[in-house]
Amino acid sequence: MNINWFKYASPASFYPLAGKMIPWFAIPAGILAFIGLVMGLFVLPPDFKQGESYRIIFIHVPAAWMSMVIYLAMAFWAIVGMVWNSRLSAMMAIALAPTGAMFCFLALWTGALWGKPTWGTYWVWDARLTTQLILLFMYLGYMALHAAIEDPRRAARASGLLAIVGAFNVPIIYFSVQWWNTLHQGASITPNKSEMAASMASVMLIMAVAAWLYAIAVALKRVRCEILDRERHASWVAELVTKTGQVHG
Amino acid sequence: MKPRQQRMAIIFGGIVGLGLVVALVLNAFSGNMVFFFNPSQIAANEAPSGKAFRLGGLVEEGSMRREDDGLTVHFYVTDNAERVPVTYTGILPDLFTEGQGVVAQGKLDENGHFYASEVLAKHDETYMPPEVAEALEMAKGARPVASSLAQ
Amino acid sequence: MAEWFDMGKHTWFVWGSYGVFAFFIVAELLLLERRRRTILQRLSRTSRMNSGVNDET
Repeated sequence: MNINWFKYASPASFYPLAGKMIPWFAIPAGILAFIGLVMGLFVLPPDFKQGESYRIIFIHVPAAWMSMVIYLAMAFWAIVGMVWNSRLSAMMAIALAPTGAMFCFLALWTGALWGKPTWGTYWVWDARLTTQLILLFMYLGYMALHAAIEDPRRAARASGLLAIVGAFNVPIIYFSVQWWNTLHQGASITPNKSEMAASMASVMLIMAVAAWLYAIAVALKRVRCEILDRERHASWVAELVTKTGQVHG
Repeated sequence: MKPRQQRMAIIFGGIVGLGLVVALVLNAFSGNMVFFFNPSQIAANEAPSGKAFRLGGLVEEGSMRREDDGLTVHFYVTDNAERVPVTYTGILPDLFTEGQGVVAQGKLDENGHFYASEVLAKHDETYMPPEVAEALEMAKGARPVASSLAQ
Repeated sequence: MAEWFDMGKHTWFVWGSYGVFAFFIVAELLLLERRRRTILQRLSRTSRMNSGVNDET
């Protein structure tokens, strides 16, 4: 069994495997997002207090969750890459960053547009909002640092360190609403309870699963680009190009 | 720009960005870590005096009074133990109602009266359709809901 | 339909959120596809050059 894992840990064999995996994530992501959007925007009734503006929750919460999950995944691959000196893991880490940064920005953006009609302000410096903004800066700092260093090994090591340091911010974001007085409300759904009507909660979860699948599909596609870029002098890439003329696999 | 200079510029940008992050963290976590004080903390003199701070709690039921100008409102903020009288002139957020959470920025005068310059609604984490909310209200047997007359 | 689009006077907030969200998703997918194309074009160019050199020798 172990041999198989090591086999797929090499960029040359992971490249075609990732290509085969992408549709398995991308297609369900599209279907679930479609269902979630139709339910969330057309079918579900408005909220008893907030009216229509609560519909932002169906994109706000999945985006916020993904921004945290992707950061943890990024830090995980950075650690694996450093400890086992595996090139593929380091590529996974950098492939996740742009999608995570995007979801982080979208969480802040949709949160601002939701805050105005419900709280009465686009932005406050409370613990939840501030730590989420710091997460966005961590993502941008990570990508900038990675881009600044030319040698891929040194780039992976330096930016990986930043990813690991920044990972401590993630639990702070999640628990900020419990630890401190914040304007941001607590979590509606935790493993132990749900303060949302079942219909609304299920649409939110559908959108969250769609966001997961989307993020995986996009990360796989981006890691394929990273592999081709990084291994462009390798013989297997040259073979791939000459064999197919255009690389499809 | 040579690649080397470009690299230096990016690293410099990264350092500035990181510095900005640290500044933000310190700013947020030193003075502002307590986003708001509740009425019990004010009664215990924990809130800063003579300085603007945030007061958080529930708008006491039946305490809201609007002046004739239509902009100035008086209400009590309570945490079910202590209560603080609040005066505010301005536009209230849509979700501001009696019994609802509120965070007000302002100053306390020597008589313990809070003058707010900004009022934000703090909502809780419950979401449900209006019909479900009515059904729940009915089941509790509390005050009859207006639309239940239609039944 | 118009009433639905209004979102109970929260038009800008709801559609501003969903619109920007959709824009970013579409932009990410397009940029990623473009990046892939550029890499592949560059690779096939260099491989043709290399094979040309090989034929002459």
